[in-house]
Amino acid sequence: MTQITILGAGVMGLAIATELAARGLRPRLIDPAGKPGSHACSWRAGGMLAPYCEAESAEPVVVRLGLDAIGWWQANGAEVTHRGTLVLAPSRDKAELDRFARMTETHQAVSGAEISTLEPELDGRFQRGLFFGTEAHLNPRKALVTLRDRLAEQGIEIEAEGAPTGMVVDARGLSARDELTDLRGVRGEMLVLRCPEVNLTRTVRLLHPRIPLYVVPRGDGVYMIGATMLETGGKYRVTARSAVEMLSAAYALHPGFAEAEILELGSDARPAFPDNLPRLRRRGNTLFANGLYRHGYLLAPAVARMAAEYITTGEKPEFMDEDHP
Amino acid sequence: MPQFYGTHVESPLMLGTAQYPSPAIMAEAFRASGAGIATVSLRREGGQGQDFHALIKGLGVPVLPNTAGCHSVREAVTTAQMARELFDTPWIKLEVIRDDDTLCPDVIALVEAAKILADDGFQVFPYCTEDLSVCGRLLDAGCEVLMPWGAPIGSGRGLNNPYGLRSLRAHFPDVPLVVDAGIGLPSHAAQAMELGFDAVLLNTAVAKAGDPVAMARAMALAIEAGQLAHAANPIEARDMAAPSTPLFGMAVLG
Repeated sequence: MTQITILGAGVMGLAIATELAARGLRPRLIDPAGKPGSHACSWRAGGMLAPYCEAESAEPVVVRLGLDAIGWWQANGAEVTHRGTLVLAPSRDKAELDRFARMTETHQAVSGAEISTLEPELDGRFQRGLFFGTEAHLNPRKALVTLRDRLAEQGIEIEAEGAPTGMVVDARGLSARDELTDLRGVRGEMLVLRCPEVNLTRTVRLLHPRIPLYVVPRGDGVYMIGATMLETGGKYRVTARSAVEMLSAAYALHPGFAEAEILELGSDARPAFPDNLPRLRRRGNTLFANGLYRHGYLLAPAVARMAAEYITTGEKPEFMDEDHP
Repeated sequence: MPQFYGTHVESPLMLGTAQYPSPAIMAEAFRASGAGIATVSLRREGGQGQDFHALIKGLGVPVLPNTAGCHSVREAVTTAQMARELFDTPWIKLEVIRDDDTLCPDVIALVEAAKILADDGFQVFPYCTEDLSVCGRLLDAGCEVLMPWGAPIGSGRGLNNPYGLRSLRAHFPDVPLVVDAGIGLPSHAAQAMELGFDAVLLNTAVAKAGDPVAMARAMALAIEAGQLAHAANPIEARDMAAPSTPLFGMAVLG
């Protein structure tokens, strides 16, 4: 049997290991940081499985590749919440809502009354919105741990050290920039709030010309709030400006967030190629799988499948490009 | 073609580099439009966006860094100094904002910052209102180009005050004038050029269009049309019809 070593146990590495295991292979998985944790940018993701909403700023292929994500995560043990996505804008930013509606599909326009039926806590706060009923979300940290546990049950443990053997699948995310010169980091910032006063049951996106925001419920009154996207590779702490903007946008969504406890402020750099699309790239005995950009949980299943198909059948996948070191 | 501080630019279209779906699409928009200048924001991206800055430099057009997001003279001056080092250019698009909702230029702070930067050897492109006095003060401060807004940044409203822009053109016939911000459609860009402006700076209208590459091309064509029209000395609008076909020789009935 082919010996395969996967480098990196973030969402990309774990998903590829899962797909290879499903094909009867027993890859090794090496990550110097060991178990899934805050070293991986997938630790700070929103976990939205929202392919249709992504079309607002992503190419159609992202929607297509992302369609299977909900099923994949469910099949692999993740707890997926099927409540759809609610997209809202204050009255004065209705042009943003119109643009969002134009750029996306499968949504249903909802009135103020319908919004309050969906999310009673938002009663009277918004007059118009869009509802994407088939979308879902998951808790990224739990999902990574679930993949790790299921691999461990099959005897595939994350090794913290050791030299790779056989074919190498490099899924190190931005760390692979030492080999992939066209990979860049796109910074994202997030915060985690505990706010039992606010009870939202689904992902809510609040549109704004400068500070769009999304809120993903994590259960037990905990919310992940994400927003900013900066073309900066460095890993820094959240800036005061971003924190102020995110918090005031959250407050605009629901004043109850003013009473929230701030559990976490985090930022990270996500790996992206110049077209912001994922890629497999073969160089010698190494297969690189990278460039998930801000679509980690949405696209990891599709990219992992392509990688596994390529490894087991040699079939050249859609997102494979010629090497250019 | 326009000339700024003695440098000839290949096209009167100045294109921003923010908000595109991807850097690859941005590069494609630059190719499709033949834009003459790329503007890039430093404040928001911080000084550490080397990867992105390398992509901007790779566009192969002169880079005009800006101080977008700066709220004070001091902040704008520091950002300008950082930009000069990063991009190795004396050019700076000076933006000082007072109100975050309208992103209206703080013209008082703008004049002050422009003076400091011009004295320090910068070639300042001030993002200003169409106010004649403010523009006069900016020239006094050492600016050799003026960039009045068409409408608030990102609003896509077009030229809110064509009269003001026209009178600016008439007052400062020899100063390069650029309409900066507020452009939503190619017709807005064409109108600015028809008024005799030297260039148009835009970003959101292209980057946030459904097809940014096609919109970039449309903007370039409109700017070229407006420029040709201005040079062609257009007719005046008039209240009465003026027949384009002579009446003489028409059949007389009855």
